[in-house]
Amino acid sequence: MKALAAGLGLIAYIGCSSLLVYYHPQSVLAFLLFEASLLLIYYAALPQKAKLFLSSLVLIFLMPVLGVSNGYYLEVAIQVGIYVALALGLNIVVGLAGLLNLGFVAFFAIGAYLWAIFGSPQANQFIAGNFFPLSPWWFFVFLVLSIFAGAFTGALLGLPVLRLRGDYLAIVTLGFGEVIRSLVNNLDKPINLTNGPRGINPIEKPPLFFQPVLHFFGFESAAASLYPLYFYFLVLFLVVVIILVTRRLNDSSIGRAWKAIREDEIAAAAMGVPVVRMKLLAFAVGASFAAAVGVLFAAKQVYINPESFTFMESIGVLAMGILGGMGSIPGAILGASVVTIVNLQLLKGLSLWLNSLRQSGIVLSLPLLGSFDLSQIPAQFEPAKYERMVFGLILILMMIFRPQGILPPRQNSERSNGAA
Amino acid sequence: MEFALSILPSVLMDGIVLGFMYALIALGYTMVYGVLEFINFAHSEIFVIGAFVGVEILLGLQTSGSLAALHPAFVLFVILVAGMLCSGLIAMGLERVAYRPLRSAPRLVPLISAIGASFFLQDFIRFVESLWRNTFYLSYPSLDLLETSLKFGTAVEVPIKSLLVIATALLMLFFLYFFVNRTKLGTAIRAVAQDPATASLMGIPVNRMIALTFFVGGAMGGAAGILFGLQYSLVNPYSGFFPGLKAFTAAVLGGIGNIPGAVLGGIVLGLLEAFAASYLSILTDGAFGAEYKDLFAFAVLILILIFRPKGLMGERVREEGA
Repeated sequence: MKALAAGLGLIAYIGCSSLLVYYHPQSVLAFLLFEASLLLIYYAALPQKAKLFLSSLVLIFLMPVLGVSNGYYLEVAIQVGIYVALALGLNIVVGLAGLLNLGFVAFFAIGAYLWAIFGSPQANQFIAGNFFPLSPWWFFVFLVLSIFAGAFTGALLGLPVLRLRGDYLAIVTLGFGEVIRSLVNNLDKPINLTNGPRGINPIEKPPLFFQPVLHFFGFESAAASLYPLYFYFLVLFLVVVIILVTRRLNDSSIGRAWKAIREDEIAAAAMGVPVVRMKLLAFAVGASFAAAVGVLFAAKQVYINPESFTFMESIGVLAMGILGGMGSIPGAILGASVVTIVNLQLLKGLSLWLNSLRQSGIVLSLPLLGSFDLSQIPAQFEPAKYERMVFGLILILMMIFRPQGILPPRQNSERSNGAA
Repeated sequence: MEFALSILPSVLMDGIVLGFMYALIALGYTMVYGVLEFINFAHSEIFVIGAFVGVEILLGLQTSGSLAALHPAFVLFVILVAGMLCSGLIAMGLERVAYRPLRSAPRLVPLISAIGASFFLQDFIRFVESLWRNTFYLSYPSLDLLETSLKFGTAVEVPIKSLLVIATALLMLFFLYFFVNRTKLGTAIRAVAQDPATASLMGIPVNRMIALTFFVGGAMGGAAGILFGLQYSLVNPYSGFFPGLKAFTAAVLGGIGNIPGAVLGGIVLGLLEAFAASYLSILTDGAFGAEYKDLFAFAVLILILIFRPKGLMGERVREEGA
C-alpha cells in the first residue's frame, strides 16, 4: 500500500516536472527538478523492479522526448553523462581502492586521441597511403580497443609508482597527467602524430546503422537531428555498462580487496591480499573506463585539442566524486550531474544576467555609497569562467564539513544484499 | 659545438637564477612538510600572491608618478617586504581555515583540501584583479636600474636582474638558516617537526609554531613571487602552477623536510632545466626543443621517487601504514 502511494506520487512528480521542462525551455530550475526525479526514484520505498522501470522511463523515454523539443537540454544531458562516466571511473580508483589519482584526465585523453587520430585524416601524416579516416564502423572497434589501451597505460603508470605512499602517488599521477598533455601538445614534430595545439578536425562520428530501419518505419530524419539523440543513447549505454561492471566488481572478492587496501594496507597485505596487483587492477579498470569515454567524447566533439585535457579537468572529476561521495555509485552520478549543471547553466546564467545588467544602463544610487552605473561592471568579470572557484570551494567545504560526501556508500550493503 | 660553448655562460646563469627561485619556493613546501607531513598544494598560489602584491604596488607608484622619483633600491625593498608579509599572512590564514580543522583526518583529506584551496585562490586572484583592473594578465613596469648588465671581459655579460635575484635569495636563505638554527623560535619549530606530542609537553605552543612555519614558508614563497615577476615580467593568476610543481620536485629531490636539501634540489633542478631548454634541440638536431623542459622536471620527479624516495640529502624516513 505504502509502495503504491510512493509510486503514484513519484509518477505524478515526474509528470509535473517534465511538463515544467517542456513549457519552460529556458529554465534551469525546471531541468534540475526533472533531474531530481532520478534521485527520488533511488530513495523511494519501492521494489527494485519498479525503480528500474521508472528510471528507464525517465532516461529512455522522457529525456529524449524533452531533448527533441529542446536540443540544449539534450546537450547538457550528454555532457552530464560523460562526466558521470568519468566520475564512476575515478570512483573505482579513489573511492574503492583509496588511491588518489590526480592525472585521471590523461586516460580520457588517450582514448580521445586514439579515435581522433585514426578516425580523421590525421593518421595519413605518418602512415603511407590514403587509408584514413577509417570508416565510421571502426568507431565500435576503437571503443573496445580503447578499453585495452586505457588498461595498458593505467598499468604502465601504476607499475612503477604504486609502491609510493598516498600523497606522493597523487603528485606523480598529477605529473603523469601533465606529461601526457604536454606530449599531445608537442608531438606535431618530428612526426606529426597529434597535430599539436591546433588539434584534430574533423573526427568521424559513429555510423547511423539504424537509419534504414527508421526509414522502413516511415521516420524520415536528417542525420544532423539524429546525432544528438544517438550520442545520448551511446552515453547512456556506456554509463549503464560502467555501473553494472562497478557493481559486480564491488560485490566480488576484488572489490573487497580494494576496500581492505583502502582501509588499511598493511592489514590487507597480512591477510593475503596481493596489494600491488590489486592496486594495478584498480588503476587499469578506472583508466579503461576513462579511455572508452574519451573515444565517445572525440566522436561527439568532432574537433579536439589539448585544451580539453588539462589538470583542471582531473580536479573537476575529483570534485564531482567527492561532492557525491567517494565509493558510492549514486554519489558519483549525483556529484557529476550537480557540478556539470552548475558549470553549464548556473554560471553561464549569471554571466548572461550580468551582461544584461551592463547593457541596461541603470544607475544604482545607494545611500551612503553614492551612485554606481551598472554599465561600469568590468567586462573581464565573467562568472562563467569561474569553474576553478566552484571546484575549489566544493573540495574545501566537503573536506571540512562532510568528507564522506552527500550520498556516502552504504556501510552494510554486502550483508543486506546477501540477505535479499 | 662552438655555438653550444658560446651560450654556456648565459645558460649557467639562467639555470642558477631559476634554481634560486625554485629553492625559495621549495622552502615553503619542505618546511610545512617537515612539521605536518603534508603537501601544501596551495603554496604555488601563495607565491603568485607575492607576485601580484609586487606588481600592484609598482603599478600604483607608476600611476601616481612617484616611481621615477623614488630610489629603485628602496622600491624593491618595499615591495619585497609587502609581498612577503601578504603571502605569509595568507598562508597562515589558509592553515587556520582549510588545514587545521583536518589535522587528525586521514592524510589524503588535507591534501584534497589544499588542492581545493589552490584552485579557489587562483580564481579569487582573478576575481579581484578583473574587478579592480578589468584584466588579470599584468606585467611588471620596468625599472631602469634592473635593465642594465655588468660586463665581465668581452664575452660574459651578467644582467643586474639576475644578480638581484641571486643576492636576494642568498640573503633570505641566510636569514632563514639563522632563524631556524640559532633562535629560540627556530628551535621550537624544529622540536615540533621532530615530535609534536613531546614538544607540546615541553611547553611549546604547537599550533602557534605551525602557524609560524606557514608564515615563514609563505613569506619565502612571496619573495620568490616578486623575484619571478621582476625577472620574467608577466604574471597571471595561473602562473604559479608550473613553478610550484617544479619547486615541489626540487624539495623532493633534495629530500623533503630538509632545508639545505631544498636549496640544493632547487639549484640542481634549475640547472637541469636551463640545460635541457638550451641544449635539447642541439643534441637532437631540432627534433625535440625547449618545449620539453616542463616534462623534464616531471621525469626527474618520477625517477627520484622510484629510485631514491628519500632524495639527495634525505636521511629521515618515517615508516607509516597508509
